[in-house]
Amino acid sequence: MTDTITAPTIEYLLLSPLLVVFGAAIVGVLVEAFAPRYLRAAFQVPLTLLSLVAAFALVIFVVVKDGVPNKAAAMGAVAADGPALFIWGTILLLAFVSVLLIGDDFVPSAVAVPGSVEEERAVSEGAAHTEVYPLVLFAVGGMLLFAASNDLLVMFVALEVMSLPLYMLCGLARRRRLLSQEAAMKYFLLGAFSSAFFLYGTALLYGYAGSIDLSKISTSLSSVGGQDSLLFIGAAVLGVGLFFKIGAVPFQMWKPDVYQGAPTPITALMASGTLVAAFGALLRVFWVALGNLEWDWSPVVWAVAILTMVVGAILAITQTDIKRMLAYSSIAHAGFILTAVVATAGAKQNSLALSGILFYLVAYGLTTVGAFGVVTMVRDPGGEAWHLSRWAGLGKRSPKLAMVLAFFLLAMAGIPLTSGFFAKYAVFSAAVSGGAVALVVVGVVASAIAAFFYVRVIVLMFFSDPAADGPSIVMPIATRGVVGFAALATVVLGVFPQPVLDLASKAAQSLFVR
Amino acid sequence: MEPIVEHSGGVIGASWLMIAFPLASAAILLLGGRRTNAWGHLLGVFAPVASFVVAVMCFLQPSGRYDVGLYDFIPGVAKVGLLIDPLSITFALLITGVGSLIHIYSIGYMAHDPERRRFFAYLNLFVAAMLLLVLADNYLVLFLGWEGVGLASYLLIGFWQFKPTAATAAKKAFVVNRVGDFGFLVGLFTIFATFGTFAFGPVFDNAAKASNGTLTAIGIMLLIGACGKSAQLPLQSWLLDAMEGPTPVSALIHAATMVTAGVYLVVRSGAAFFPEGATASLIVTIVGVATLLAGAIIGTAKDDIKKALAGSTMSQIGYMMLAAGLGPAGYAFAIAHLLTHGFFKADLFLGAGSVMHAMKDEVNMRRYGALRALMPVTFITFFIGYLAIIGFPLLSGYFTKDGIIETAMDSNAILGWLAVIGAGITGFYMSRVVFMTFFGSKRWADDVHPHESPSVMTWPLIILSIGSIFLGGYLILSNRLMVYLGPAVGLPEALPQFHPFSPTGLATLALVALGAAIAWVRYGSAEVPQVAPRGSFLTTFARRDLYGDALNEALLMRPGQWLTRLAVWFDNKGVDGVVNGLAAGIGGSSGRLRRIQTGFVRSYALSIFVGAAVLVGAWYVVGNL
Repeated sequence: MTDTITAPTIEYLLLSPLLVVFGAAIVGVLVEAFAPRYLRAAFQVPLTLLSLVAAFALVIFVVVKDGVPNKAAAMGAVAADGPALFIWGTILLLAFVSVLLIGDDFVPSAVAVPGSVEEERAVSEGAAHTEVYPLVLFAVGGMLLFAASNDLLVMFVALEVMSLPLYMLCGLARRRRLLSQEAAMKYFLLGAFSSAFFLYGTALLYGYAGSIDLSKISTSLSSVGGQDSLLFIGAAVLGVGLFFKIGAVPFQMWKPDVYQGAPTPITALMASGTLVAAFGALLRVFWVALGNLEWDWSPVVWAVAILTMVVGAILAITQTDIKRMLAYSSIAHAGFILTAVVATAGAKQNSLALSGILFYLVAYGLTTVGAFGVVTMVRDPGGEAWHLSRWAGLGKRSPKLAMVLAFFLLAMAGIPLTSGFFAKYAVFSAAVSGGAVALVVVGVVASAIAAFFYVRVIVLMFFSDPAADGPSIVMPIATRGVVGFAALATVVLGVFPQPVLDLASKAAQSLFVR
Repeated sequence: MEPIVEHSGGVIGASWLMIAFPLASAAILLLGGRRTNAWGHLLGVFAPVASFVVAVMCFLQPSGRYDVGLYDFIPGVAKVGLLIDPLSITFALLITGVGSLIHIYSIGYMAHDPERRRFFAYLNLFVAAMLLLVLADNYLVLFLGWEGVGLASYLLIGFWQFKPTAATAAKKAFVVNRVGDFGFLVGLFTIFATFGTFAFGPVFDNAAKASNGTLTAIGIMLLIGACGKSAQLPLQSWLLDAMEGPTPVSALIHAATMVTAGVYLVVRSGAAFFPEGATASLIVTIVGVATLLAGAIIGTAKDDIKKALAGSTMSQIGYMMLAAGLGPAGYAFAIAHLLTHGFFKADLFLGAGSVMHAMKDEVNMRRYGALRALMPVTFITFFIGYLAIIGFPLLSGYFTKDGIIETAMDSNAILGWLAVIGAGITGFYMSRVVFMTFFGSKRWADDVHPHESPSVMTWPLIILSIGSIFLGGYLILSNRLMVYLGPAVGLPEALPQFHPFSPTGLATLALVALGAAIAWVRYGSAEVPQVAPRGSFLTTFARRDLYGDALNEALLMRPGQWLTRLAVWFDNKGVDGVVNGLAAGIGGSSGRLRRIQTGFVRSYALSIFVGAAVLVGAWYVVGNL
């Protein structure tokens, strides 16, 4: 008997978006290694942006060429199906606009103390941490893979590829460096902790099903008997790792600290891209692997969704820092999306809910990037002005900027004629049709509480007198473009949501490959 | 009635441009600010003219009922679409046609106003909202337009907001209209609850399946809305005060178009909610007759030329309401009178504006007199409008008002005779206006030098007066309008025949002649005192708007204030306690929960660990249930 090693078949076209992003990241590393310092930025920025654009174009090309695929590529390791491609497109778009936000807010040299002679020298030499760009590309590649992995080990690897660069990026803020480094440290420790949970869950599920393939775990649910403890504990522990990434309560505590400490463009990337990717992975695990276990996990996810919405909304009320407030708002929004996840529990895989979730992710992602983009523009001498008291009277000082932010906040609150309204409408109506009426009632109450702190900022901006030494407004052209684009998207998705809803529903109809 | 068919493309498909032109213009003028001052009024005039061209092109298309879908906000619930049918096109032509003329007139009338651009922006906003109101293919969008015209009316009545009277009048119009709108809203809710949709087509098709009580309730609620917007009893009190707005506004909004929205609503909903002989229809006719008499009586005693005309507007809309309550036989006359009234009343108001322009904004007719020689164009056009409104044979009002009176007489003799009496009073008060203004002796202040208005103001007058002469005959003879509107509102079983010398018609003419004669004796041949004589109890009654405001104050305002105080008390003690308690509770729990966020990574890890333990435990428990 001779074992022959068969070469794995790789569907290069299907995976091309991933390959382009990772390839560009590696080229970026080489540039860091070999290009002279003053040339690096000139290479890195176009390389990063072009690779993201190319990957986005490839996603479209794949769909246009052969229709929406529905197969497990690379020997069953990576799922290429409607939701995966939709999520890829979303992540790439969000990454592109987040990268545009990256301006001067990164350390020129990691060891230099802010304001020190070394830093001045580093700045004057044109030094900048251009490795930010390849790091972002690696993180984005990890996000793409995370949302599309079809077995638990690939998912774990993707999780780490996504997370490790983010840990570093969090610590690279140029100003308030201690806060930034503390955030990076916390994120790293807790991320490692939760990764361990994820891995442990993977091991237990392997013990139960004898496979790490999501679809094989699913089929084994009906065939394997007497191992329920392994299954339940494994699934729950795996869930902890995923809930941590979306920031569901009680695994949310890292979010405010990290969102606050990280450089704001990176916060934007995490609040949009990471959330999208994590929801992609969460759906894949809960629907593909554990789809037949719905009766067991849906009460648990019910509880988590309620806690997440309520705690996120309530804690946001007393925040005095805009980044922390947005972090808690992101927690509440994760809860809103979870309502649709709960409601779609079922083997029939309710594509209405799936499309609702996909739409929500696009709408919320763009609004969030826009909101953080506005945050980068309002500056004090020591850096961005985060404390809400500094935002008082912004409406009089800079009416356009204040109006745009007010618009983003209204979208997050879910006011009609913004994308947030349709996003909430989509997930809540899916939840109602899935029978989770009580959950929607909680969701609406939480939305009402959330509306309070969104509107409070608006009131603060427009109905308070500006302080004499108020913050100054810095408007780099790229940031202005990002904020404008996000505002436009928020309007268009709020007034003409149909094309994107159709796209989401087309993606959702292909369902997850099993 | 013809069924409504979906339609897109072609001229009909582009009908949304009618609304888009004035809306865009309003947006440009309001957002552009002072930069647009130089040419703002030209853009403001261009917009309704462009809309008029689109309306004419739609009118020239093959007649039918087309539904042009524009935008699906929430599929199955909230949709924006236009219904292009003979009824809506008729209104669109009136709004854009007369509207354009009034816009042109306003160039001259507002020439010296520093805020002329803002004025045109609001006028454009009004035209857009009014077109949305009449072109909407469902009640929800109709309501959007309804509120839009309410807003524009508020802004324009209070246009000279530095005058406290204007500001108050605007507020009054707004508040009274809220009452009507509230009724309308309840009607809308009932419609949606009953039919599950707001769209005209399905609602009208399924109306027969709903219970009589529901239909009557919806009808009455819609009528309350119509009363508010059209200044019908008991919600009439705002219209007289609304004359504080610039005169073109009074002509366009408070005479020719907006105040007829109630008539439109009743006619549009007629087949479903106001069928012939139904309770709701009877109430419509009663409201109409009561208002036509009340308005006429108010008109007899006013010395302010615009208020006299406003009373007349109330009265004429009363006629339209009366006709609209009479079923398909009355619809065409209601609309025909609405159209001719749009022309002659706009003519009269703009004529009054021209006089005021000449008299340094004096509105008291006791300070006028003998203007006919000095302002010949204004006089002739005004006189034509006057002949039209009193129903002088062969002029517009003669055909349309007579049609309403005849139809009412056929339906119910009491209604008919009251309408005849109303016509007689019209003959008196309109003659009084003409005699006091253009005849008799000069009673002007010394520093007033009356002069004819510039041609940009007189040309619209001339065109409107031509319409006042011929339009009625054109619409009524051989039932042109009735046949044209038939597909949209239904036809009566037998088309009415026009009798030039019917007994009713002769009686009407006799009463009108008598009224005019009395007016001549009192105000034409006799000297008009410059200070109003005290007059009898009846005069005071009419001067005080039939004690409408006093009635409102006693019946509504005082109890309303008590109710408000009670509500405030309850709000402070009860609701606020709950609300503040709730808010404090949430805020407090937020503060307490916040303490868990210690900032120490070890406690975060502990939280994750505990959470994981709970999750595993819960899952395990649920899984083993």
